[in-house]
Amino acid sequence: MLFTENVLVALAGLRANIMRSLLTMLGIIIGIASVIAIMTVGNSITNIVNTTMQGMGANNLQVGVMQKSTDDKQDESGMNYGSGNVREMTDDDLITKDMIKSFTDEYKDDIKYVLLTESVGDYYSSSKVTENGKSAKTKIVGYNRDYMEFNDKELLAGRNFIHQDYKEGKDVCMVSDKLVERLYKGDNDAVIGQEIEVVMDNGAFYDFYVVGVYKYVAEQFSFGESDNPTTEVMVPLDAARKINHTANKGFDYITLVTSVNTDNNTFVTTVRDYFNVNFYSRNDAYEVAAISMASMMDQMNTMIGMIQLALSVIAGISLVVGGIGVMNIMLVSITERTKEIGTRKALGATNSSIRLQFITESVVICVIGGIIGIFFGVALGMVAVKLMGYDATVSVSSIIIAVGFSMAIGIFFGYYPANKAAKLNPIDALRYE
Amino acid sequence: MAENIMLDLRNIHKSFFIGTPNEFEVLHGLNFTVNKGEFVSIVGQSGSGKSTLMNIIGALDRPTAGEYSLDGIDIEKAKDHELSALRNKKIGFVFQTYNLIARTSALKNVELPMMYAGMGRAERTERAKMLLEQVEMTDRMMHKPDELSGGQKQRVAIARAMANDPAIILADEPTGALDSATGRLIMDIFHRLHEEQGKTIVLITHSPELSQETQRIITLKDGNIIGESTGNWNGLKEKEGA
Repeated sequence: MLFTENVLVALAGLRANIMRSLLTMLGIIIGIASVIAIMTVGNSITNIVNTTMQGMGANNLQVGVMQKSTDDKQDESGMNYGSGNVREMTDDDLITKDMIKSFTDEYKDDIKYVLLTESVGDYYSSSKVTENGKSAKTKIVGYNRDYMEFNDKELLAGRNFIHQDYKEGKDVCMVSDKLVERLYKGDNDAVIGQEIEVVMDNGAFYDFYVVGVYKYVAEQFSFGESDNPTTEVMVPLDAARKINHTANKGFDYITLVTSVNTDNNTFVTTVRDYFNVNFYSRNDAYEVAAISMASMMDQMNTMIGMIQLALSVIAGISLVVGGIGVMNIMLVSITERTKEIGTRKALGATNSSIRLQFITESVVICVIGGIIGIFFGVALGMVAVKLMGYDATVSVSSIIIAVGFSMAIGIFFGYYPANKAAKLNPIDALRYE
Repeated sequence: MAENIMLDLRNIHKSFFIGTPNEFEVLHGLNFTVNKGEFVSIVGQSGSGKSTLMNIIGALDRPTAGEYSLDGIDIEKAKDHELSALRNKKIGFVFQTYNLIARTSALKNVELPMMYAGMGRAERTERAKMLLEQVEMTDRMMHKPDELSGGQKQRVAIARAMANDPAIILADEPTGALDSATGRLIMDIFHRLHEEQGKTIVLITHSPELSQETQRIITLKDGNIIGESTGNWNGLKEKEGA
């Protein structure tokens, strides 16, 4: 009863001093808005990272050649941050096809796929295909059969690579529908059997016969590429390795896809030990390290969470500043309304009902500020996430926390002024001019 | 006899700055009673101690020494929240400066003491409307104080003073800020409350003229009662006839 009455009185007070109320709320609005925006961006990125990593396969194990640790500075993934730089990696240090074969033979039941890939040039090399006066940005990437099966791109025309293609490293390729759309007016079937010339950015060029057209799916971490994205010219692994002159060399990293029943947390150690005991025990500088996608995902999430928390705390400081602003204006308001307080006391208001009235006012200011802040924060966060090209995920829990937090600020910073009002001597208050 | 007494003040002393070199006594042992249904005025010039006395009568302050009972309740030992309850239910204040709550309608102002008394919303709204009707403010009850004239504000204040059907109405210079015609209207309302509803009214004023309208006049000077006299109270009927 008294509560609704107090809220109505508070709202009337806010309306009467609209400019002052808004300025007072500004601190709360900015504070809540920035916290919510940070939470929205953080949550969206976490979601995207998780879906991307899941898309890459939560069951994946990354196995790579790393410098041997010269001391015990090794984290759980086997990665080494030691300083003992002994020598450059040579071809002898790489994981060979024979090693992979003996490993997969040993652990047939655990390994579903061994993913091998190699880009022509290096990972950052770009290239283009020019036809009919137009060109499309490309990247030549070789894949092994396991990879193509695992990846399972949708085939729009033609065929996938066949045994012969992989075995002999034939110069065949699959191009994206985007490329066909840009260079061949979207006629997927007409491209099949054609020879395309891919020109690297260093001037080298390679010819491939198109055997298939796959459906392009935009990568989630692609910034600002929409109408002319870089698409892959997919070739058999050995075709790429022939160009790179790496056909007889090993790999510096491979990706293992384990079967559903395999526990990656323990299998990681099995993999590492198998390679190191069997093939790297006599290597003076390098060894094999393995890490599971799942643990990488955990680490990523923890990291994003920490950054998010740190930023939120910084933004939260403006909430404290805002709270002090509210306290200040409440003190002003109480001085202005000293006579009203005296009158209320003369009419029978107890100290606690006066205190409650002013705490309610400060809470109303903070909650309204908080709600406005939530709107701004969500909008800001969504715009930021959209600008990065992702879908925004609004965190409902952060909204609930924000409302609760602004209430808490209202109570905390409203208590002192309200208590001051409650303790006013009714006679002095009545006589106040 | 005692059942008929509304205010009973015995040897009331009031000092300020107690225990400091500035200590001084404002009221020097006042004794008087006000009967139920009586219309009494307390007259004195500024500095006579009438404001201090009014604060004590109104339970806004406690006497330094002496005994004071209001409608049979001892005040001097009451706790703060008991004083609040007493002011709420037993006393209706009417101030010179009206003291209506700004930004709040006349109706809400009248509802306020009933709200503090814990009365339900519908009930208090109904009663507030009835009280405003008695002071002929029905058509302006949704107006805020700054939209009302002085006389209208004081009528609302009287309606508010009546909210919890108090034992006494304590009016502190109620016509002091009004022109004489409006002041007349306000005094008529007090007379009507006194006669028709049998309210006990204590009027505090500096004006001997105004005090003549009441039944009994208590004159205060330098913290002492220097005289008690009967007023030229004629009641409302004669004035209406005049």
